[in-house]
Amino acid sequence: MKHTISVTVENKSGVLARVSNLFSARGYNITSLAVSETLDPTVSYMTIVVEAKDESILEQIKKQLNKLIDVITVTDFTKKEHADREMILVKVSYSSGNKSKLTRALDKYVAKIIQQKGNSAIIEIVGDQGQIAAVLLKLEQFGIKDLVRTGRVAMQY
Amino acid sequence: MKGADIIVKSLKNAGVEVIFGYPGGSVLPLFDSLYDADFKFILTRHEQGAAHAADGYARATGRAGVCIATSGPGATNLVTGIANAYMDSIPIVAITGQVKTCLIGNDAFQEADVTGITRPISKHNYLVKEIKDLSTTIKEAFYIAVSGRPGPVVIDIPVDIQMQDAEFLWPEVLNIRSYKPVYFGHPGQIKKAAKLISKAKKPLIYSGGGIITSGANLLLREFAEKIQAPVTWTLMGIGGFPSVHPLALGMLGMHGTAYANHAIMESDLIIAVGARFDDRVTGRIDSFAPNAKVVHIDIDPSSISKNFRVDVPIVGDAKNILGELLEQIKILPDSSAWIKEVESLKKKYPLKYKEGDKVKPQYVVEQIDQATKGEAIITTEVGQNQMWAAQWYKYSHPHTFISSGGLGTMGFGFPAAMGAKMGCPEKTVFDIAGDGSIQMNIQELATCVANKINVKIAILNNGYLGMVRQWQELFYKKRYAYTRISGPDFVKLAESYGAAGIRVTKKEDVRPAIDKALKIDNTVLIDFHIEPEENVYPMVPAGEAINRMIGGMA
Repeated sequence: MKHTISVTVENKSGVLARVSNLFSARGYNITSLAVSETLDPTVSYMTIVVEAKDESILEQIKKQLNKLIDVITVTDFTKKEHADREMILVKVSYSSGNKSKLTRALDKYVAKIIQQKGNSAIIEIVGDQGQIAAVLLKLEQFGIKDLVRTGRVAMQY
Repeated sequence: MKGADIIVKSLKNAGVEVIFGYPGGSVLPLFDSLYDADFKFILTRHEQGAAHAADGYARATGRAGVCIATSGPGATNLVTGIANAYMDSIPIVAITGQVKTCLIGNDAFQEADVTGITRPISKHNYLVKEIKDLSTTIKEAFYIAVSGRPGPVVIDIPVDIQMQDAEFLWPEVLNIRSYKPVYFGHPGQIKKAAKLISKAKKPLIYSGGGIITSGANLLLREFAEKIQAPVTWTLMGIGGFPSVHPLALGMLGMHGTAYANHAIMESDLIIAVGARFDDRVTGRIDSFAPNAKVVHIDIDPSSISKNFRVDVPIVGDAKNILGELLEQIKILPDSSAWIKEVESLKKKYPLKYKEGDKVKPQYVVEQIDQATKGEAIITTEVGQNQMWAAQWYKYSHPHTFISSGGLGTMGFGFPAAMGAKMGCPEKTVFDIAGDGSIQMNIQELATCVANKINVKIAILNNGYLGMVRQWQELFYKKRYAYTRISGPDFVKLAESYGAAGIRVTKKEDVRPAIDKALKIDNTVLIDFHIEPEENVYPMVPAGEAINRMIGGMA
């Protein structure tokens, strides 16, 4: 099962390596990892999506993260009210013929065509995991040529 | 003040007295400052020796050990020692030189990414990029090394930082917002544990290295006597409880006593204190302690429920929590029938070996025990020598058994003995070694002689890498693949270094040789030629339940 964890860390060089090292050394799987500065420039915020077979592995992941000296807080969103979003960029086939169809397909979502060149268009989509999955399904008919994702970011109320 | 002087002054302020190290290009400014400082500086003959010596010093004294090496190969030679200290939660501060800040990342001469290399094997590490951070970093490093669950901390200091000038600042207090070790147990958890203890019929204490780290040995004894629970310990826990005490069960696990292992299987309440349910202790984990509820006291939350299910976890310092438990337990458990049962297990499965005409390693250790009245500091290498030293010496005090538990580092014992002797000069220090292990750091004989570090080495020389050979005998059809090992004439070797050497080939010469070694005011190496194919028993084969022991009289 996938779990979303947020980690605040000292904004120092090497901290990302400590966190990613921990995951590889202990055999945990990271699905996604997003890092950025926060309002406090001495603190960085990481949203980590992890795959954990059971509760005890998730517990261990949290404890091991907490054990790192540069980790300030670890928050598990599994049972907490929170908002999460991901942004993706999708490259699809594009022609003047399917332009309006494509615009309609994106209609209900936070999504827009941000660039077009030749027979390709790049679409930006922001949403939770369900919305993103739904848009991707709709876009399949246009032929998805490429896809990049930012990884999930999450915030607690 | 120059960066190098800031380092020296910071080490002084941190209370450092002894430093083990080796110079090199990237620590030249630091060594220039050390030249005028009044540390006892021990120049080892290999950086690995310096790291292990710092580790041995820390284990013997309970204070942080310090080692220094240059960049690149100097630092990578420390790596085994750092990993060793990490696995056994030993506080050492390792200072390494680094190439100039402007050259970092350029594959400069003697450059290695030391913070990268040591990240997974240290409690924490630093690359000091600005001189203003230097003294605070050193203070933090010592604090982190010794506090909470202790461990090694590495400080990588570029050579140009050592040469820059800055004002010396020593922070009065440290406030590391992201590091707050928990020392006191949760009162609710302690109450729950106290209740379980009151109801137990067959309580058993399983104590580990945490007892020694936290200085909880006297409280452990009081606690065991109060609740009348037998005590078994891990390799790291040796010395945390007197081995001659009526409630003592000796070591448990793969080469533990048969009665300790049987008692684990019978117990209905295991109180684990400062131990981590290592695979060498538990054997097959799903059959470990099948009838027991488990209370687990540990300062490291990540140790709890890592390997084994626990009913009542208590995070905190062993000494505090045992003290609180002693107050909380109002109704004492009735364990009298259990104590009788354990007594009969002890009679039924005693720790034994077959005596013979040849020199038996167990006999050698027993004689060392008697000659030193159980009061020496024993260090060990890794393998059979380590297990015999663990089984046959009667330890009564903490900090007197120094052995590489988690990492299992051959070549650890001799430099560790050196470190222990520097920390406790009034104590007799014996390294119980194998003929394989001793050859991994034999060069430190020169260090001992040059610095008059009077340690004794007992080589249990069987001409084999004995523990591997034992596994080959038992599990690989006696195919002794590359475990026959030759060595030098150890007596001549010792003498050529300026140490004393004694060879013993007969049983009757064992004790006189030990007595003689103790009288010689010099490093002494005794080469005991022992029964070549003697095995360590009892033994739990890897992956078996711990009551499924083989061999010996068990």
